Amino acid sequence: MADTSIKTANEESPLRRVLAEFWFYFAENRGAVIGLWVFVALVLVAIFAPLLAPHEPYLQYRDAVLVPPVWQEGGRSAYLLGTDAVGRDILSRLIYGARYSLFIGIVVTTVAMVCGILIGVIAGYFRGWIDTAIMRLMDIILAFPSLLLALVLVAVLGPGLINAMIAIALVYQPHFVRLTRAAVMAEKSRDYVVAARVAGAGPLRLMFRTILPNCMAPLIVQGALSFSNAILDAAALGFLGMGAQPPTPEWGTMLAEAREFILRAWWVVTLPGLAILITVLAINLMGDGLRDALDPKMKRS
Amino acid sequence: MLQFFLRRIAVLIPTFLGVSLIAFSFIRLLPGDPVLILAGQHAMTPEQHAAAMHALGFDRSLPVQYLDYLGNMLQGDFGQSVVTKRSVLQEFFARFPATLELSICAMIIAVCLGIPAGVFAAVKRGSFFDHTVMGTALIGYSMPIFWWGLLLIILFSGILQWTPVSGRIDLLYYFPSVTGFMLIDSLLSGQKGAFGSAVSHLILPAIVLGTIPLAVIARQTRSAMLEVLSEDYVRTARAKGLPPFRVIGVHALRNALIPVITTIGLQVGVLMAGAILTETIFSWPGVGKWMVDSVFKRDYTVIQGGLLLIAAIIMFVNLIVDLLYGLINPRIRH
Repeated sequence: MADTSIKTANEESPLRRVLAEFWFYFAENRGAVIGLWVFVALVLVAIFAPLLAPHEPYLQYRDAVLVPPVWQEGGRSAYLLGTDAVGRDILSRLIYGARYSLFIGIVVTTVAMVCGILIGVIAGYFRGWIDTAIMRLMDIILAFPSLLLALVLVAVLGPGLINAMIAIALVYQPHFVRLTRAAVMAEKSRDYVVAARVAGAGPLRLMFRTILPNCMAPLIVQGALSFSNAILDAAALGFLGMGAQPPTPEWGTMLAEAREFILRAWWVVTLPGLAILITVLAINLMGDGLRDALDPKMKRS
Repeated sequence: MLQFFLRRIAVLIPTFLGVSLIAFSFIRLLPGDPVLILAGQHAMTPEQHAAAMHALGFDRSLPVQYLDYLGNMLQGDFGQSVVTKRSVLQEFFARFPATLELSICAMIIAVCLGIPAGVFAAVKRGSFFDHTVMGTALIGYSMPIFWWGLLLIILFSGILQWTPVSGRIDLLYYFPSVTGFMLIDSLLSGQKGAFGSAVSHLILPAIVLGTIPLAVIARQTRSAMLEVLSEDYVRTARAKGLPPFRVIGVHALRNALIPVITTIGLQVGVLMAGAILTETIFSWPGVGKWMVDSVFKRDYTVIQGGLLLIAAIIMFVNLIVDLLYGLINPRIRH
């Protein structure tokens, strides 16, 4: 009996074993687990926004302008977190805002990561003049502060959420290129790669099936970092009036609209920013946990 | 060392050319007629248009235009602002001291709080203090600083009424600009209360701008310190019976600070990005606010020149940090 149970444990699919091991190290970091739960909750809020939101995010109640949150004097139970200057329910706008922030994070990270990995693998695999040209180009992009470059790109492309996302993705992609290139260069001379080449694998297979899966750990950690930074930068662009445009319930744009009421109605200013902070903090906590779980140096074997 | 220095510069030149090429292409990528954009007009007669085109050099081939642009730039000619018709370089240097003063103060706050916090967190690893510092640092690192600035304004300017909301100094005071740094100029002017007013205007923006560097420096110091503390030579120093203060403050900290210095250098880009937001919130008349205003006014020569100048400054600072690093840590030179 003991024999068979050991056998089944060994026959478990390698993917499941990797995941189990990952979870073991990830769960050691309590902050990371909390971050994960908050993040899952945010994703659920974003998906079920129409069911959760008590009001339409764009609907203006003219009889309820700048109503404070329910626990404050003058608050109404219909508007739990109060209303803004044109009578829109803040809670509903925050709930819909989660959709925008997560969407921005996912799209920017995916685009930056896919482009960055492609370019990085090419640079690290072929080396030579292609590598030099690519790395110089990346140095040039990295010479600008990301928000400044994004701001200027948006000035060229015109303000708007999509253009802001393109700009941010472009600015983030050099980090992925550098990481991928370094990892590919380190892996390329390993025995298993040489073996695969001798076995007749072509360059495409070598690059993407043989080498790339072994370079993913730092890229995933960088992905989490990009996710949270993308949300921050998109909100900053929205705040400057260069990202999502009013009346979109994007959190940064909501803050920009609320600025003039800063000393009269604290809730209009405080709540959208708090939503940004909680989201970014949850993702960064997760990112720290990912780093601990994926970084072989940190593992106690 | 000289070789290391020259190699660094050699890498920098193509990057700088690339940066200038981006700034050069920027105006030509804009939707619409660049001649109309640069002349700041909506309509022109064909003759006026041809004359303006010639004056701006747009009638020549693109490579010649680029070389012209590069040549003018190296002579300090970054063109004229479309809106004010003043030289872009002059406008930049009129605002740069304000940004520099703000950034230096932010960095002083970040370094003076971040390094001790990181060192103590590492020494007391796992303690309540350690968890508090690292938790706070993660919050600071995740902070949308434009919102953080608004919160501080609500608290200190709105509720407590301790600090003014915007600007660099009260309008009551007037004195000629000597250094461009309000803190120094207000002291030199000798007017009573001027220095206090400058400090009260500066403190909130400096805290806001210093928040992210502070968090990054505290985290980096802690992890560098933890690594060094487990080294053999630190154990030897302890075994010799040196007092803990000497082991941590002299033996460990000196080596732990090497990566921290790199981190501090890398914060220059963060500071410039942060200055865009901080200066906008506090109406601080610096380079960041100037860039945002120019984007709104479609003052494209200013955006072009500002982009290049800011990138050049960041590259210059990074070069200095690299050289300093080579000086402290000889291994890196090869």
